[in-house]
Parts: sequence; C-alpha cells; structure tokens
Amino acid sequence: MRIALEARREASRAAILLAPLLATLATLVAGFVVFEALGKDPVAAFHAFFIRPLATRYGVGELLLKASPLMLIATGLAVGYRANVWNIGAEGQLTLGAIAGGGLALAAGDAQVPSALLLPAMIVAGALCGMAWAAIPAWLRTRFNANEILTSLMLVYVANLFLSWLIHGPWRDPDGYNFPQSKLFTDAALLPNLVSGTRLNAGLLIALAVVAIEWLFIRRSVWGFEMRVAGLAPAAAAYAGISSKRNVWLGMLAGGACAGIAGVNEAAGPIGQLLPTMSPGYGFAAIIVAFVGRLHPVGIVFASLLMSLLYLGGESAQVNLALPSAVTGLFQGTLLFFLLAADVLVNYRLRAVRARPAAR
Amino acid sequence: MSAAAIPPEVRMRPRLALRGITKAYPGVVANDRIDLDVLPGEIHAVLGENGAGKSTLMKIIYGVVKPDAGTMQWEGQAVRIASPAQARRLGLGMVFQHFSLFETLTVAENIALALDAAEAGSGLPAKIRDVSRRYGLTLDPARLVHAMSVGERQRVEIVRCLLQAPRVLIMDEPTSVLTPQAVLRLFDTLRRLADEGCSILYISHKLDEIRALCHRATVLRAGRVTGECDPRRETAAALARMMIGAELPHPRHRPPVAGAPALVVDGLDLRPDDPFGTTLRSVSLTLRAGEIVGIAGVSGNGQRELLAALSGERRVARRNAVVLCGTAAGRLGAAQRRSLGLAFVPEERLGRGAVPEMSLADNALLTARHRGLVSHGLIRADAARSRAAEIIASWNVKTAGPEAAARSLSGGNLQKFIVGREILQGPRVLIAAQPTWGVDVGASAQIRQALIDLRDAGVAVLVVSEELEELIETCDRLAVIAQGRLSPARPVAETNAEEIGLLMAGSAATPERTAAARRP
Repeated sequence: MRIALEARREASRAAILLAPLLATLATLVAGFVVFEALGKDPVAAFHAFFIRPLATRYGVGELLLKASPLMLIATGLAVGYRANVWNIGAEGQLTLGAIAGGGLALAAGDAQVPSALLLPAMIVAGALCGMAWAAIPAWLRTRFNANEILTSLMLVYVANLFLSWLIHGPWRDPDGYNFPQSKLFTDAALLPNLVSGTRLNAGLLIALAVVAIEWLFIRRSVWGFEMRVAGLAPAAAAYAGISSKRNVWLGMLAGGACAGIAGVNEAAGPIGQLLPTMSPGYGFAAIIVAFVGRLHPVGIVFASLLMSLLYLGGESAQVNLALPSAVTGLFQGTLLFFLLAADVLVNYRLRAVRARPAAR
Repeated sequence: MSAAAIPPEVRMRPRLALRGITKAYPGVVANDRIDLDVLPGEIHAVLGENGAGKSTLMKIIYGVVKPDAGTMQWEGQAVRIASPAQARRLGLGMVFQHFSLFETLTVAENIALALDAAEAGSGLPAKIRDVSRRYGLTLDPARLVHAMSVGERQRVEIVRCLLQAPRVLIMDEPTSVLTPQAVLRLFDTLRRLADEGCSILYISHKLDEIRALCHRATVLRAGRVTGECDPRRETAAALARMMIGAELPHPRHRPPVAGAPALVVDGLDLRPDDPFGTTLRSVSLTLRAGEIVGIAGVSGNGQRELLAALSGERRVARRNAVVLCGTAAGRLGAAQRRSLGLAFVPEERLGRGAVPEMSLADNALLTARHRGLVSHGLIRADAARSRAAEIIASWNVKTAGPEAAARSLSGGNLQKFIVGREILQGPRVLIAAQPTWGVDVGASAQIRQALIDLRDAGVAVLVVSEELEELIETCDRLAVIAQGRLSPARPVAETNAEEIGLLMAGSAATPERTAAARRP
C-alpha cells in the first residue's frame, strides 16, 4: 500500500482553513526538534517564545505594535500578488516612506506646526514616496518587460544606502555625539498613543482601516475582480480585455503606498527619529504574512499577529535562554516552508492506494 | 445481429482480447465492463462521441492508464501492460491525436528518441526511407519538424510506429487534422498495413470514414459498449443511433439576407509572437451583417494569430487593417472592441473563455463588465448571479447553479455557458472558434442552431473550425486559411469538399495536390 495524491474536483474549503493551522503545528514540531538539538529544554523554550511575551499588558501592546506594519504592508502586497505582480521590495518602499515622513518632521522642527496638520502630511508624503519607489519597477516592467521581482528587490539596497547616507551626512543630529541618527522628532510629529502603559499607537488604526478598504476592493470593485482574473487565468484576462499594465501599476503602487505609510508609522511611532535601519525586516516578513494569510484581508490580520509573536518570542528567547537571534528567522522560514507544503492539500487529497488495483 | 452477418475472420483467434475493462475517475465511470476483440489483419473501429470513453480505453491498452478491473489477453496469453514501453515490446503501436514531436529536431532524431539504442544507429535514415517508400508515406529524414505540416508530422509518428513492426496499431482520431485528400492517402496506407496482417484499432466519431475504411466497429456510449457491427453494411443514420442513442439533428436554414459590412479585414500582415507561430500575409475578409462566414483550414495555419488580431488580444499596427462596425479598430484592445459590439467564443474554454476556479456568476461578469453588471466601479453581485442563472436556464446548462466553479462543468456544458454569455450581450459581430469541438452531438446542434438564429436576427457571424462538415452545414460563405493566407470567401453552394481540401493543403503541399488530382 502507498499514499497517492489525487486531484480534487473543487478546492476544499476545509483545507483552505486547515492548511495554515497544520503548517503552524508542523513549525512547532520542527521548533521542538531544533531546541532539543541546541540542548535547551523545549518546554521552557516554548514558554519563553510564545507565553512570556503575552503575559503582560505591555507585551500585548508590543504584539499589536509589531503586527501593525506587517498587516499594513502585507495587505498592500496582497493586491499585487493576487494578480501575479510580485513586489518583493516593500522593505525599500518602507525606507523611502520613513525618509519622506521623517524628512518632513525634521523640516518642521520646532516650528510649532500643529499635529493635526503635520501627521497627515507626513503620512501622505510617506505614501507618495513609497509609491514613487515602487513605480520604478512598475515602469520597467510595463515598458521593458523587466522582471519586477529582481528590480524591486535590488531597489531595497539602494533605498537603505540612501537612508544611510542621509543619516551619516546631512541629516545627522549635530548634538548626537557623532552617532548615526537624526534629531528626535517633536511631539507634534509623533503618533498619538492608544493605550497607556504600552507603546501601542494610532498606526494600528491606520492598518485596520487599510485592511477594511482592501476587503471592499477585492469583494466589490471591478478592478479587484479583474486583478483576481489576471492572477488565476492570464489568458482569460487577455481575452476579456483586462489591462495587464494597469494591474501591474495598481499592484505595485498599492504595495508601495502601504509600505511607505508603514515606514512613517515606524519613524513617528516606536522609533521617534530616523536611524540607519528603520525596520527589522518588516518588508520581507510581510511577504510571508501575505501568504500565510492566503492573500485575504482577514487572514492577513491573523497572520500578522502570528508573525509579530515570532518576533517577540525570538527576542524573549534571546534574553531568557541566550538563543541566537537567527532563531526568529528560522521560525519564519520554517513556517513559510510548511505552509507551501500544506497548500497541496487544498487542491489534492491523500488517498491510500493498494499496490495492484487491476488484479481483481 | 444475425449469424449470417458475422464475417469468417471472427472465428480466428483474436490477437488482442479485453474482458470487463472498468476504469472510474472521480465523478465519472469512463469505461464500464468493456469487452473488445481485435482480430489479425482487421481494421476495427472504436466509435463514440467525445467523452464516451474511447481515449481512456486506448490508454489502458497502451499501458498509460491502469484499469480498476478487467483482464487483457494478447495472442491468447493473459497480460498486464504496465507501461507504454512494455506495450511496444509486445507489438503495440499508437499514434496519438496530439503529436509528441520535438520541433527543433529532425525527423530521424525524433524517431531515434523512441527507439532502443541499438536500432537508433547510423542506418536509421535508410530504414526510415525504406519504410516510408513501402507504405507511400513520403518523408525526408533530415528535415526539421517545425517546418512540417500537420499531415507530415502525423507521417513521422506513423513511421515511428511502423519501424517497430507492430502487430496492433492504434490510431486516435487520426483524420481530425488532415485535409480530405490526405485522409484518402492515409486510408491507402492503413489498408496496405492490414493486408500485411497488422491489426488496426481506429478511433473516430466520423461515421463516413468508418464506413469507408473499417471491417468491424465497436460502438461506445457513456463508457459502455452499445453495439457491434459491420459498418460497411450499416447506414450512417444507424451508426449514429448506436452512438448517440438518437437521430442526428439537422439545423434549419433560411437563405441569407446579407446587409452592410460589419467586420472588414484589409491586407492584414502580422508576425507571430511565438517563434513557431504563423505569419499572416495580406489577409482580407469582409463579413456582412446577417451572414455566417466560415474559415476552414488545418489548425496551425494562422487561425490562432488571426483570431487574436480580430479579438483585440493582439493589437495591429495599422488602424485600418481591422474595421469593426465602421470604426478603425486595429489598435484597439479587446475591451474596446467589445464595446463596439464584438463578442468572441475562443477555442480554449478553461483558462481563456472562463476562469476555472471562479463561479459561473463571476464568469458571467468576465466579458460583461461594461454591460449593466457594474455601477460606479462596484460589482452588482445580484445582477451577475441572475445573469448567470439566465444563461443556465435558457441554454439548459447542467450545473449545480450560478455559484458552481467553471471547472466543475463538462466541456460541452461550459461551452454552452460561454456561447450563451456572448450571445446574451447582444453582439453585432460574433466570432466563434471551434464552437463544437469536444461537445456532444446534442449540444453541438444547439450551438449551430443558435449561430444560425443569430444570423437571421442580423448579426454578422464568423466561424473558424477544422470540421469541414460543420462549416458546410452552417455557413453561407466559406474561406480557407493555409500558411497564413486566406482564400477569398466563396458561397458554400458554389464549392465542394474537394476544392476546399485543395485550398487547405495550400500551394506548398504539391504532392498532396497531385495525388488528389489523379483520383476520380
């Protein structure tokens, strides 16, 4: 007897929901083995990883704080991914957003610009600059058919080096003892706090609003429908006269705008100034979040919470168990790996096959 | 069947005997307890509609698919054929409907790939020439496959099988890609093979061919054997009854009342996107309101490129090369041409005409996005659902309802849905590519009748098809596409299959032309 994969006639709804759970479970099992191999008590490690970060109100605040940019960026990326437009450069678009928003905050300086004016302006500037950065690969793709995966990824490094130059050069804080950092933003340029005793800020509300807009976009708008068609059946999209160029532009710009806003939220939120590195890889982790969440807005909300927990757990494990920081990345990679594997079950089912069915 | 009708060869021991072959796929029984005897030296037809289970049965015999139940005997010995390699060793050869040749290799290289290392040596070109001469299959071993016509490619496949000296040769729908003249040449070859003692299993749904060629016929319907007969002694109507369980329907026809030109193609030249595609050379065509024009031709002669240029999937540099309802449309995209009144039924249903994973409601929306189903950029989901329900009801589409995924429908039902969707948009010009390919006889008749009704309502209809009988039956005028050139459209009444066949073969295929001219 052997196990065979058999195509399902229709995608299984149960499997669509179960696959992420199965992948999470498999990731935990793999984590168990890794901790055991590292000579750590797996139970203590899991406690440090998944329980301790959530034990306090501050911890829950941190969870939501880190989930916000992931949720926001993943939602933006999912617009394009649904139409097979692969924006891998959200990290760079985030950096450009932070530069634009942060630059505005630094320019306002002590000039007493009211917060109600400055913050929206920063967010708009961040969104526009993120879009501009994403427009480069979109233009290269529609004009020269250059692969947007490569161009958007390469622009990440350009963006990070540009920020680094600004922080080491013109925007360095003159009173900062030569450390590579900008001046601190004034209070008017900081996002308002949501819950006292935590660092949670209004960035979460922006992320949730974007998620709601996205939900409407895919469920109701004809552009969302057209992008879904383009992703599922490119030949049908061409047949129906759906513009592939518009899909590329929409997908890239949506991802760029969301990543740009996330960059502003980081600068005007937990960081409060510009540093050479504005994100612990949110732009890349959001790719995983988008897929774990099945490119669906609600799924992305849950996936971003899970990914955020992995970040916090990784830090907690470093502090409490002296585990290397690479464990966080390892968990993220393992999760994506198992998720893609579990995806097979959506369109196929396992069937036990007897060795020689033709014998009887 | 009376005892007198049984020919003497039946008393011979069958070369291949199947008993109780059964194969089920999820949701459908493709073969249900099938018995089949193939005698030495006979041409045995397996007759049935698309989806009757013919191809599955042949794949079982050739070792591609394993049956769920049943036994097989080869020369009286029980065998279990596990792979095509084993089938070839036994002496089974198969020529598939879709060829498996490498376009960038020569004839000899392609054939060598299918042979054992010992046979594929330097003597191979001579052997190929020898076999092709013996059976009248003109073939140059040094030619590259991509430059060859479909008929020539089929010869490569046949020669490849013959080099292995098969005792049973399976031919799967061999004539669907051939001109009428090439069909006659193929029949000569098959008869010569049978005379030498080779058994031939001939799979087809074309009744006239089977009556002309085959000694015996086994008829399949919905996976079961529904009859066995000598096709030479049966009428086409009797065979059709066995095959579909009903009389062959014929469409009603009124004389055409052609109006103003609705679609004008003027000197269209187009290079293909695909390196192995066909270049269109000064294609001209005028399609008037209230007439059906057919484009005949063997596939791969520029149909794909022409249809893409007409539908707007491929834009044309010269604006006036395509004029749609009075508007120069060469540079317009597919959506803009649709808003001028064009509707299009493409050849590929899943993945082009419909999105497989999406519901029928969403698929109703696919080409009707600008026809009342969208307001202010938002989809009117209820309207899309009731549009789908309307198509399902008026076309009698067998499905669970508007929420069913397109891929859950059978080919014929999905085609009815797509044709219904396009017609419901009230087009001024309808283009249909292979409208009844792979569709059962009942649905085919419904689709042809709808095209004729559309014509009578004043719509200009263009049908591109490989089925010559279908075109002659439905069209008012007929043009032929060969090697990217389109012949002038002639009234169907003033032409015949012979003449169209010559045009289909094109100017380059002179051997076929002269061979045909010598025949009465």
